[in-house]
Amino acid sequence: MRRKGVNYAKFGYIFSLPFVIAYAIFSLYPLLFTTVIGFTDFKGIGKTNFKFLDDIFQNFKLVINNPSFQISLKNTFGMWIVNFIPQILLALLLTAWFTNNRRKIKGQGFFKVVFYMPNIITQASIAILFATMFAYPTGPVNSLLQNMGIIDAPVYLLMNKSLARGIVSFIQFWMWYGNTMIILIAGVLGINPELFEASEIDGATSSQTFFKITLPNLRTILLFTLVTSLVGGLNMFDIPKLFQNGGPDSSTLTTSAFIYNQAFSGSYLYNRAAAASLLLFAIIALCSAALFLIMYDKDAAKLRKLEKKQYKALRKADREARRLAK
Amino acid sequence: MRHEVTIPQKLYKILIYVICIFLTILSIIPFYVMIVNATRGTYEIQSNAISLIPSKYLLSNYAVFEGKSFNPLIGFANSMIISTGATLMNVYFSSLTAYALVAYNWKLRQPFFTFILAVMMVPGQLTSIGFYQFMYRIGWTNSYLPLILPAIAAPVTVFFMRQYLIGTLSLDIVNSGRIDGAGEFHIFNRIILPIMKPAIATQAIFSFVASWNNYFMPSILLTSKSKYTMPIMISQLKGDIYKTEYGSVYLGLTLTVLPLFVVYFALSKYIIAGVALGGVKE
Repeated sequence: MRRKGVNYAKFGYIFSLPFVIAYAIFSLYPLLFTTVIGFTDFKGIGKTNFKFLDDIFQNFKLVINNPSFQISLKNTFGMWIVNFIPQILLALLLTAWFTNNRRKIKGQGFFKVVFYMPNIITQASIAILFATMFAYPTGPVNSLLQNMGIIDAPVYLLMNKSLARGIVSFIQFWMWYGNTMIILIAGVLGINPELFEASEIDGATSSQTFFKITLPNLRTILLFTLVTSLVGGLNMFDIPKLFQNGGPDSSTLTTSAFIYNQAFSGSYLYNRAAAASLLLFAIIALCSAALFLIMYDKDAAKLRKLEKKQYKALRKADREARRLAK
Repeated sequence: MRHEVTIPQKLYKILIYVICIFLTILSIIPFYVMIVNATRGTYEIQSNAISLIPSKYLLSNYAVFEGKSFNPLIGFANSMIISTGATLMNVYFSSLTAYALVAYNWKLRQPFFTFILAVMMVPGQLTSIGFYQFMYRIGWTNSYLPLILPAIAAPVTVFFMRQYLIGTLSLDIVNSGRIDGAGEFHIFNRIILPIMKPAIATQAIFSFVASWNNYFMPSILLTSKSKYTMPIMISQLKGDIYKTEYGSVYLGLTLTVLPLFVVYFALSKYIIAGVALGGVKE
C-alpha cells in the first residue's frame, strides 16, 4: 500500500504538534500553576515569590467558610436555574410549534434570526444597556411605568435584591432561549421522519407525537444543552459584574465575580482566588459527570430493552414470512 | 381521523403568532430604545427616557467622548487586530489538527481525540489566575499575544473541523497529490484547505464573535488605555463621568453594538446554520 516506504504516520504527530504545544503552554500549564498557587501564601500585586503554606489546605478552608463565597455559589446556582427552566420550556414549546407539519408556522426563518440575535451581542454591552434601562431616576423603564400611570415618581428599582437577581436571570434567558431553540429544532429535524409519518398514520395528536416521539428522541441533545448551559451558567461573569457589580449587597455576586474580586482588587489574594477556582472546577466537573451518568444509564437500559423488542419482532416477522412462503 | 381546522385550532395558531411577535418585540425593543436615545439630548431623556422617535443630538452626544477614556475608534481597531489574529490562528491550526486526526493513521490518534473531547468543556476562565501570573512573569501583560496565541489550541473548533472532514475528505485526492510529488504540508495548504472552506467560514464567524465579545481576559491583561478592546471601552461607560450624559451612554452602547448588527444580519443564514450544527453533535 505505502509507496517508497514513506511513513505518513509521522505527519499525524507533526500536524497536531502546534495544537499540543499551544494547549500545554496556554491551558495545561496555567491549570497546574493555578493548582499550585491554591496551596501557597501567594498574594499582593507585583510579587512573584511564594511558599507553600504550613496548613496546606488553609486557602480552601478559608474560601469554603467565607460567607461571600457561599452567597456567590447560592446566587450562581439560583440565577442559573431561574434562567434555565423557563428557557428550556420556551425553547421546547417553540420547537414543537415550528416543527409541527400540520400547523405550518410562517416566517420561521425570520423568527429564528430575531430570537437568536441577543446571543451575538457583546455581553458587556447588554449588561450596561440593561443597567441603563433600569437606571434611577432617569431610565426608560421608570419612564414607561410613569407614562402608564403605574408609579408617580421614579423608583430605584435596582435597589431591590430579588429584582436585580431576576433581571440578571432574565438577561441570560433572553440571550439564550433562541440558541437553545435552534439546537432543539435541528435535533428534531435529525429524527427519522418515518417515526412521525407512522404516528400520523396511527392518528396521534400533535401533543402525543411531541411527548411520545419528539421528546424521547431529543434526550441526548437535551443533555448536551443542559451541560453546556450549566458550565456556562456557573461561570457567569460579564453580565452580573457589569450590571450592578454584584450588588446590591452581593445579591448578584457570582462565583466567577467573587474569584475576580479576590484576585484583581482589594488585597490581591491570588491564592484564595486560585483555591476558589479549583473548588468551582470541582463543582462543575461533579455536576456534569452526575448529569451524564443519570442520562446515560437510563439510555443504555432503554436501548437494551429496545434491542430485545426489535429482535423479537424480527424473529416473529421471519417466522411469519417463512409460513407464508410455504 | 384527520383533524379538521376547527375554530380552537385557528385560535391556537393565532396565539402562536401573537407570542412569536411578542418575543420579536422583546428581542428588538432594548436595542431600538438604545438607538433612538443615542440621538436624543440629555434634557429630552430626562423628561422622558422612552421614545420611539429619533431626535437630532447625535453629534453633540458624540462630542462628549472627546478626551475621555471611551474611544470607540481605538477600541474598534484594537478589537479588530485581536479578533482577526485569534480567528486566523483558530481556523488554520484547528483545520491542521483535524486533518492530522482524519487523514493519518498514527498510534496516538484515538487517545488524542479522546483528550480533545475531554477538554472541550473545560472553561478557560477557571485557570485565569495561573494564566495571568504566567503572563505577568514573562512580561506579556499589555500585549495582544496572550489573547491571540491560545486560539491555536481550540478543542471545540477541532471537533467540528474533524466532523466536517470525515464527511468530505476522500483520500484519493490526497493520494493523487502525492503522486504529483507534492509534500504533505503543501497538500494540506493547497488541496485540503480549499475543500474545508465552508467549515472554515462558519467556524471563523463564531471564533471572531467570541473573541470580539471577550471581556474577562482582556480586562485582566490590558491595563494601558491605548490597548483597550471594545468590551473594556464599554465598561468605561458606567463611570461617573457619564452619570449626567445620558445620550452619550446610549450612543456609546450603540457604537459598540452596531458592528455586530451589521455582521449578524449579513451572515445570519450561516450563523443560524452553524448554531444548528452545534446541537447535532452526536
